[in-house]
Amino acid sequence: MNKALLHKILRQIKSRIPALIAVIILSLIYAGLSLYVPLLFGRAIDLLIERGVDFGLLAPLLIRAVLFSAAAAIIQWVMNVINNAAAYGITADLRGKTFEKLHRLPLGYLDVHPTGDTLSRFTNDAEQFADGLLLGFTQLFTGVALIVGTLVFMLTIKPSVTAAVVLLTPLSLFTARLIASRTFGMFSAQAADAAKQTSFVTETVSEQKTVRALGAEDDDRARFEACNEKLRASSMKATFFSSLTNPSTRCVNAIVYAAVALTGALTVIAGGGMTVGMLSSFLAYANKYTKPFNEISGVIAELQSAFACADRIFSFLEIPEEPADGAVDRAKLSDEVRIDDMSFSYLPDRPLIEHMDFTAEPGKHTAIVGPTGCGKTTLINLLMRFYDVRDGSISVGGTDVRDMTRRSLRAGYGMVLQDTWLRYGTVAGNIAVGRPDAGLDEIIEAAKRAHAHGFIERLPQGYDTVIGEDGGGLSQGQKQLLCIARVMLCRPRMLILDEATSSVDTMTEKKIQQAFDELTQGRTAFVVAHRLSTVLNADEILVMRAGSIVERGTHVTLMEKRGFYYDLYQSQFRQGKQI
Amino acid sequence: MKNLLGYLKRYRAQSILAPLFKLFEVALELAVPFIVSYMIDNGIKNADRTLVIKCCALLVLFAAVGFGFAVVAQYFAAKAATGFAADLRNALYTHIGRLSYSDLDRLGTSSLITNMTSDVTRVQTGVNLTLRLLLRSPFVVFGAVIACFAISVRPALSFAAAVPVLLVFVYLIMLFGMKLYSRVQSSLSLTVRRAKENLDGVRVIRAFGAEDDERAKFSDENESLCAGQKRSGRLSALLNPVTFVIVNIAVAAMMYSGAIKVNDGALTQGETVAMYNLTAMVLVELIKLADLTINITKALSSGKRLSAVLAVKPSVKYGAGSVEPAGECAVKITGASLSYGGKEALSDINMEIKTGQTVGIIGGTGSGKSSLIALIARFYDCDGGSVELFGNDVREYSEKQLRALVGAVPQRAVLFEGTLRENLKNGVPGVGDDVLHGALEAACADDFVEAKGGLDCRVEPGGRNFSGGQKQRLAVARALLRSPSLLILDDSSSALDYATDARMRGAIKEYAKDMTVIVAAQRVSSVRGADVIYVMDDGRIIGFGTHEELLSDCPRYAQIYASQTGGDGDE
Repeated sequence: MNKALLHKILRQIKSRIPALIAVIILSLIYAGLSLYVPLLFGRAIDLLIERGVDFGLLAPLLIRAVLFSAAAAIIQWVMNVINNAAAYGITADLRGKTFEKLHRLPLGYLDVHPTGDTLSRFTNDAEQFADGLLLGFTQLFTGVALIVGTLVFMLTIKPSVTAAVVLLTPLSLFTARLIASRTFGMFSAQAADAAKQTSFVTETVSEQKTVRALGAEDDDRARFEACNEKLRASSMKATFFSSLTNPSTRCVNAIVYAAVALTGALTVIAGGGMTVGMLSSFLAYANKYTKPFNEISGVIAELQSAFACADRIFSFLEIPEEPADGAVDRAKLSDEVRIDDMSFSYLPDRPLIEHMDFTAEPGKHTAIVGPTGCGKTTLINLLMRFYDVRDGSISVGGTDVRDMTRRSLRAGYGMVLQDTWLRYGTVAGNIAVGRPDAGLDEIIEAAKRAHAHGFIERLPQGYDTVIGEDGGGLSQGQKQLLCIARVMLCRPRMLILDEATSSVDTMTEKKIQQAFDELTQGRTAFVVAHRLSTVLNADEILVMRAGSIVERGTHVTLMEKRGFYYDLYQSQFRQGKQI
Repeated sequence: MKNLLGYLKRYRAQSILAPLFKLFEVALELAVPFIVSYMIDNGIKNADRTLVIKCCALLVLFAAVGFGFAVVAQYFAAKAATGFAADLRNALYTHIGRLSYSDLDRLGTSSLITNMTSDVTRVQTGVNLTLRLLLRSPFVVFGAVIACFAISVRPALSFAAAVPVLLVFVYLIMLFGMKLYSRVQSSLSLTVRRAKENLDGVRVIRAFGAEDDERAKFSDENESLCAGQKRSGRLSALLNPVTFVIVNIAVAAMMYSGAIKVNDGALTQGETVAMYNLTAMVLVELIKLADLTINITKALSSGKRLSAVLAVKPSVKYGAGSVEPAGECAVKITGASLSYGGKEALSDINMEIKTGQTVGIIGGTGSGKSSLIALIARFYDCDGGSVELFGNDVREYSEKQLRALVGAVPQRAVLFEGTLRENLKNGVPGVGDDVLHGALEAACADDFVEAKGGLDCRVEPGGRNFSGGQKQRLAVARALLRSPSLLILDDSSSALDYATDARMRGAIKEYAKDMTVIVAAQRVSSVRGADVIYVMDDGRIIGFGTHEELLSDCPRYAQIYASQTGGDGDE
């Protein structure tokens, strides 16, 4: 493990260091107190002589044992509570930090990193870090304290018998290791079989309707049973052999116990200054001594994975953030959008948009068309300032967008994308994303304007229907209508529509188009379209190809020109017409 | 839960033998304190070295034999648990294959997948632990108590009194602990969900400036999660210390009353040591028991879920299949309606399709086309009215009959991982390659299949190495090679260009001349050649007739037509 990482971890847990120190001290006290108890009971046993019990000595001894164990218990509890509070506190801190980080990250990062990967920083990594580090640390520390303490107590009683314990303990560790290494392969085999089965089940169960429509369920069942049988066999092996760990260590411990009994008893007989009570304490210690060893070997693996998690979290937190926000409030400016000698590329060595110039007058509608990959969506990313331009500038109302607050820039646009995104929650809540305070009547009004009201009414609970993660049972078209309703509710000054109606039927599209027309009346709008009807009425059509604007004009002028737009129109749109 | 236990019955022998051998192992363990006590009272007291050595040899022997018993017990437990789990998975899979579409909607396929995987695994662990360990702990605890009583009644009483106290205490901690724990789990999944949503919807959230709102909500959820974790941690941290204290109080009390007995000569020193050791065993066992209870509780809640799923009676009952399809009329729907729980998705549907006809259904998003098709294919049952296929009520056909009779191709074509041949032959293993080729040709899929390497080409998970249009054509081919009497294309050419779409429809007609075909579509061009076209809107049929008839009689149809011809309809 490197020093830099250790430094970062220390900085992260700085506020918890007093808690850690307290835990260390408490664990030492706990080890001492809890180990003292068997010694007291051992002494008590020595007082048990036929017709000669000294009750005057015995009673205080027993009371002391109870008091010490009570004290040990309280300390153990306090120690655990402090430790838990620290561990959970750190986890919450990290979760909060990673979430904060999320909204400061540039989309350039989020777009290329899989969601599941980033998500595991919030969940597994944050938790394992705190768990492994703190719980592991205290377990390790208490374990070591108990081992050392036991050794010290045993040595003070009888060094020779202690030697028997110390020599035989590795045997128990060795057996546990042996079994663990042997079963590792079996567990991998089981995991592989389980993964195979899971992917089969995932496929055929999630597409069960298709399976049934094809009448393929008997076929599938036969295949399932075959892989199920495989899993049963490998699972049997792994389960059985791994379950030998406990009996084996128990067996070895029993042998250690026998050895202590033998050496101890012989020492007592030989009059080596050892009593039956001491032997009894010894036997109690022998039982206790092996336990922390088994725990520690688990802790080390846990600590290692905690450090790995920490590394991942810190590198996530250190990803360069979006450049600082400007101060200008976009709302006070006019709606003129100007792109001035602008260049942009996602990758430095692959130029995409080069030296683009363009001005959208306030209130004008601009359509952007072009073949797949020509940079249409990129342009929208830049207008919304999801990405920053490399050279040149984009300005709104005469001010460079980099001088504005992102919030106010984005609030000026209403955006509907082809990729629909719905969150877990009610239909109404999903429409009100941009205006959480909107009343139901406003929401219904917006839904009506997006032509979503009809299908929403048919849902089981209407506007209160809870949509599951990823849109649940809604069709792609219905999801798109909800996203459009969102924008209808916000009534923004400008609109950006990126193939917003791609999954809606032509009739509905026409209706939505009307609604958009009403909404965009006198407002600036940018439309990326793949259907003819959405392009026809634009004030200006930008025809893009390989990152640059190759033609511009209205539908009529572009058609007359018989250039790239004309070809594109012929191949892309004409097939939409009845032949 | 009873229905689950049925699956364990097949492993009755193993389920009895495993705990039985555990019992033997425990008996040997319980003997250890007695051997030690005998060694103290006879060996040490009389300085009899041979006896001491014999006793210790016996300890080693018991350890070895105990180990043997344990191995046998573990073997039977593993056998029963894994076999039980495998049987359960088979039963579940078969059960899922019998559920109706509306059952699947209600239960949710992702939850069924969880049932099949993690729930069964948890139950397997639960059964294994129960057989192996859950019975071990009571054996040790009660065995130790009985052993103590066998040594001496008075001192054993204090120990016996401690056991119920401990059990109640462990039980209470578990009870409240599980409650707190499940609350922690649900607030954890809340935070995870919010994080996932924020990642997936980062553009929309930023576009609407909803970051602060989200951040505040996350922070609240995060705090309540942390508070819950601390609460649950404080409670479960009580388990170890309190058990420790109770046991030590019991030991002290036992020693004191033991001392009185020893003083009277009614008890030996060695016997007191034995009792002390027995108590120590109980302490270890109780703590193990508590850990186990957590796993068992998890297994129980999984078991409850599985049991509930298995108890679901398929809502669609298929007929006995004693009827034979016949008659002039392929489909006859009378006054049918359907609702998914809310407002009706279909109302008052009447429809009659003659055998051999090609029928079009046209309508917008959410107009009810797919619902209507679901009724015909009996994916759902209508709430009112009736649906007849080839002269019989659909409910009288067996599922096999129905699927052979009706080939439905959905808009979203699904392919499974494997080879293309496997995909096509899924469910009809007997068909030959010539049939496959014929069907591919009719679906206009032969050329790209050839280009991809023929029938043995690989289909990646989810069919992602095929384009949407290719998948749709393959799905059509898959339906065709079953030679259904009624073929339903539910918007299944939406990703095809107009020319291919038209070519495919022609080829299908050519492929099976007397097949009845229903084409549901948003495009007028897909249905305009049909014998009859039904126009749907808002869950109702608002008109039917030929293309020409509808153009003049059905304003809605004329509108749709106009909207797809760029508003001018001139070309």
